[in-house]
Amino acid sequence: MINITNLSFNYKNNLPIFKNVSFSMKNGIYGLLGENGVGKTTLLHIISGLRFPKNGNCRVFNYESAQRTPAMLSQLYFLPDEFHTPSMSIGSYAKYNAVFYPHFSKEQFNSYLNEFQVDGDKNMMEMSFGQRKKAMIAFALALNTPIVLLDEPTNGLDIPSKAQFRSILSSLFTEDKCVIISTHQVRDLENLIDPIIILDQNQVLINNTVEEITQKLYFSRTPSKPQDALYTEQILQGYSSVQINEIQQESTLNIEVLFNAAISNKAKMRELFNA
Amino acid sequence: MDFKSNKPIYLQIVDFCFQKILLKEWQEDDRIPSVRELGSLLQVNPNTAMRAFEYMQAADIIYLKRGTGYYVQKGAIKQVLRLQKDEFFENVLPETFESMKLLDISIDEVIKRYKKYKN
Repeated sequence: MINITNLSFNYKNNLPIFKNVSFSMKNGIYGLLGENGVGKTTLLHIISGLRFPKNGNCRVFNYESAQRTPAMLSQLYFLPDEFHTPSMSIGSYAKYNAVFYPHFSKEQFNSYLNEFQVDGDKNMMEMSFGQRKKAMIAFALALNTPIVLLDEPTNGLDIPSKAQFRSILSSLFTEDKCVIISTHQVRDLENLIDPIIILDQNQVLINNTVEEITQKLYFSRTPSKPQDALYTEQILQGYSSVQINEIQQESTLNIEVLFNAAISNKAKMRELFNA
Repeated sequence: MDFKSNKPIYLQIVDFCFQKILLKEWQEDDRIPSVRELGSLLQVNPNTAMRAFEYMQAADIIYLKRGTGYYVQKGAIKQVLRLQKDEFFENVLPETFESMKLLDISIDEVIKRYKKYKN
């Protein structure tokens, strides 16, 4: 659904964010991970046509995203981490903006607002950040665009709202959708995001499904430190480790450990996943 | 939902369903929640929920009626008990043995405690 080829991008000439990067995204609830400043938000901007590649291209359903054609824009919605909301209710906001999106569902919109306990008639300027965020998430998800880009959606959400968010996302996901969630709050979204993308300086380290990752890597928690682990960290119960999955054992992906393992063994990860 | 860390999530979902069957919340020939409903309830990726359903279907615990959904197979309880017994011997017991080794507990000592527990 999204094809990125030979993409290069930089804000300052000597500081490339992406350097000749190629990868594609199909259907799935993608988790976009990476250290601060590595270019997660920039990537979402490029996909949604808010920033232009310096070199190479980004195609969304075969439309060049930089051309911002209405045909492409009607199939994609980007919800930034922080946003400015006009002085109106989310209900009116939806009335004026949903017209650009052919699959918007008023019923879904109302049911999400209801679940999040957001008043659809209250002026958003009088709402807290978390309430505003929930209002906009309800709007974004009710648009039913095949591509949804969410930048740190769980930031500012209270404890029950995070669970509701996961629940809604799981229930509305279909095979023809590509949801990309950029986040640092991996624990908020563990078990939900699949595939996983890990961005590194100028590069994509991992862009694989959870199944592919656990086929190649074995995650364990053991009282004693395993030998030849790729990465180990001390935890209360002993050691949490990542090993090469040589004997094809099933294990549960631990995203935090995967992330730490990936950024401390970049060369090995590239060898494992880009072969 | 609180998942354990060492067991694949889809198998933990299978355990969740097994419990519903053993507790008779889901009875033979009852329709069980859909993949989507269960995924949403447990807040997991729908593909993970799907994998749990495929596993249970292959293990003869549930069956698919086209167009209507998944149902609990006849004799599912017996099958669940058999699978969980296998798991006990394959996974739970070895862990106990491991702890026994670490703590230097003899099998005689365990037998003694077991007899006391039975009475």
